[in-house]
Amino acid sequence: MKFINYLEKITGVDVFALTSLTIFFSFFVLMAIWVATADKRIMDEINQLPLDN
Amino acid sequence: MQVEKFFYDNKSVKLFAYATILWGVVGMLAGLLISVQIYLPAANFGLPFTTFGRVRPVHTNAVIFAFVGNGIFMGVYYSLQRLCKARMFNDTLSKIHFWGWQLIIVLAAITLLAGYTTGKEYAELEWPIDILITLIWVVFGINMFGTILKRRESHLYVAIWFFIATWITVAMLHIVNSFELPFSWMKSYSFYAGVQDALVQWWYGHNAVAFFLTTPYLGVMYYFLPKAANRPVYSYRLSIIHFWALIFLYIWAGPHHLLYTALPDWAQSLGTVFSIMLIAPSWGGMLNGLFTLRGAWDKVREDPILKFMVVAITCYGMSTFEGPMLSLKSVNAITHFTDWTIAHVHVGALGWNGFLTIGILYWIIPRIFNTQLYSKKLATTHFWIGTIGIVLYAIPMYWAGFEQALMWKQFTAEGTLKFQFLETVTHIIPMYVTRSLGGLLYLSGVLLMVYNLIKTIKSGALIANEAAEAPALVKSTGHAKQYWHRWIEERPIQMLVFSLVLVAAGGIIEMVPTFLIKSNIPTIAAVKPYSPLELQGRDIYIREGCYLCHSQMVRPFRDEVARYGEYSKAGEFVYDHPFQWGSKRTGPDLARIGGKYPDSWHYNHMLEPQSMSPGSIMPSYTWLFENKIDTAITPAKIRAMQTLGVPYATGFDLIANTNLMAQAYKIQAGLKLAKLDVAADAEIIALIAYLQRVGTDIKGAKSLPVTTK
Repeated sequence: MKFINYLEKITGVDVFALTSLTIFFSFFVLMAIWVATADKRIMDEINQLPLDN
Repeated sequence: MQVEKFFYDNKSVKLFAYATILWGVVGMLAGLLISVQIYLPAANFGLPFTTFGRVRPVHTNAVIFAFVGNGIFMGVYYSLQRLCKARMFNDTLSKIHFWGWQLIIVLAAITLLAGYTTGKEYAELEWPIDILITLIWVVFGINMFGTILKRRESHLYVAIWFFIATWITVAMLHIVNSFELPFSWMKSYSFYAGVQDALVQWWYGHNAVAFFLTTPYLGVMYYFLPKAANRPVYSYRLSIIHFWALIFLYIWAGPHHLLYTALPDWAQSLGTVFSIMLIAPSWGGMLNGLFTLRGAWDKVREDPILKFMVVAITCYGMSTFEGPMLSLKSVNAITHFTDWTIAHVHVGALGWNGFLTIGILYWIIPRIFNTQLYSKKLATTHFWIGTIGIVLYAIPMYWAGFEQALMWKQFTAEGTLKFQFLETVTHIIPMYVTRSLGGLLYLSGVLLMVYNLIKTIKSGALIANEAAEAPALVKSTGHAKQYWHRWIEERPIQMLVFSLVLVAAGGIIEMVPTFLIKSNIPTIAAVKPYSPLELQGRDIYIREGCYLCHSQMVRPFRDEVARYGEYSKAGEFVYDHPFQWGSKRTGPDLARIGGKYPDSWHYNHMLEPQSMSPGSIMPSYTWLFENKIDTAITPAKIRAMQTLGVPYATGFDLIANTNLMAQAYKIQAGLKLAKLDVAADAEIIALIAYLQRVGTDIKGAKSLPVTTK
């Protein structure tokens, strides 16, 4: 329950930063590739969704 | 393919729309009242529950969680059904969601005015209400996901992604920031202390802006803007990129609220870097919105709804550009603690949230009542009154903030501070008056809307169940042309998990190191826990909302050190559950108030501030002289603090009240020498004890080295 300093130190704290950077970077790259190559017809179809009801 | 017939639930949409309007008016009235109280202390009416420190959280909570909150639900309940081609999952859940949320709002207003507050901005509600919020939020989640799962449309339109990200992130923020230890049925202490509490609080506070005021409204924009303009959004590809980038980057930027404070420097820099990066996805959303109207600007001239939406999106663009700029340390050094921040948030609140909500209300109400808007002309008038209101609100506040900051920092040729704090306040009072005028105009516009909508509603009849039909959803067969993003687009649960991973990553990396590495919060041997009387006084300080006008954080600047004293160190706050650093200096900083004035000064100042500081705008706190300290609760408070790790000796709770009264008698005797008669157990005694303690621990130990082990 005490939220004051559980540990004296934490080893390999970099792993937090590297993991999140990796998650975001790989996700972002995948998404960019997909967006660049996506089928225009499907894009337009989804884009029309708010209008056809 | 078999076509299914079903009905959209418009009744829930109607209820949320009504609640949006009602709480909008209430929240703005509260805002108008506190804006007047700033230059007219008499408008505090001398009563506890009408005083600034208690009404201000009512204003912020009403506008954020009641007005915008109901606005979100109105937008979600209308658009989600149509985007999923399905009725809301369960009518009973819709009802529980609606009435539960209104109950929370009413309880919030009552308890805040009664002085029950956690003392953490935008998360002031006490633990029983926190639990209720969690429950109702889960109900909303089940209703939303149930609808998504039984949808008749395979694609999840981008608006729904924003709703999903909103739901999961708000849940995470609320739960993490609300960790608190109850010591009575309505009171609790934050689990975190000092620097850690500040970090969690602003991680929450910043992301409440991101995931309560921004992402759901972007989702709503992506549905209602195409509807109002009758054309699809400019670039669907851009919306995908800007969605993922936005939710990932936002979560990291919280520490920009704590620049130059005692927060470790690496965390401050992290906040700044991510804030600058945020410009890209934020402007992605703004440009996507504005470009949607390319070639259709003639419609904007005709249609008040589009007018509201264009200004809303423009305000979004302005405040999301301004935000990153305010996160630069050199800019923040000037703007922080001033009215600049107030201007910044109101461009967002009045412009982005307010105008988008208003535009949507004008659009939805005639549709669900199967009629036409009563008066387009009146709506256009509303638009102009509202816009002028925003300008009259924001410009004086920018001006006031900039001018006051420069006055704070000005030195004479002899090297002394040029202005007393109070001089810098009285100087900007004309700007405060203009701000009230701006707010009044904005509210008048909203009242015009109320009239216009009532007339509209009377001219039509609610279509409680709107008939619709769509073919049943055929399971995707996984043909060759499947894209991976298509895969996630059709899978809401996976979308939820990915969103959570992205947002949790940011929270964990920011907080875990601060919690775990001891060297991040150097301990100072001279810093001791509060005495029972001081602790009681601190709780009164929190109850009266003192932190809303007074910071307790001296930044390491020449002028602040000259004005207030030694700059604040992280180690000074290790027993502060919750932290009280504040975010605005309507009055001076109090981090070094202890020992600055005699007890009698505080006594007279709390009774009638103007008698000690002529021209002061502080309200008087007469009830503190009659109210008795609640000593029955002292042992429970001490025990709660012990549980949280404050090193009171074992069994101290049993003798805490003896200790408390001994200190109280001493203060009482001191006051008597100054010919001031007051009961030893009056609340003012506890408050004086606390104020005289604040920031003094390191004074007696100036030569002591700061230890890090």
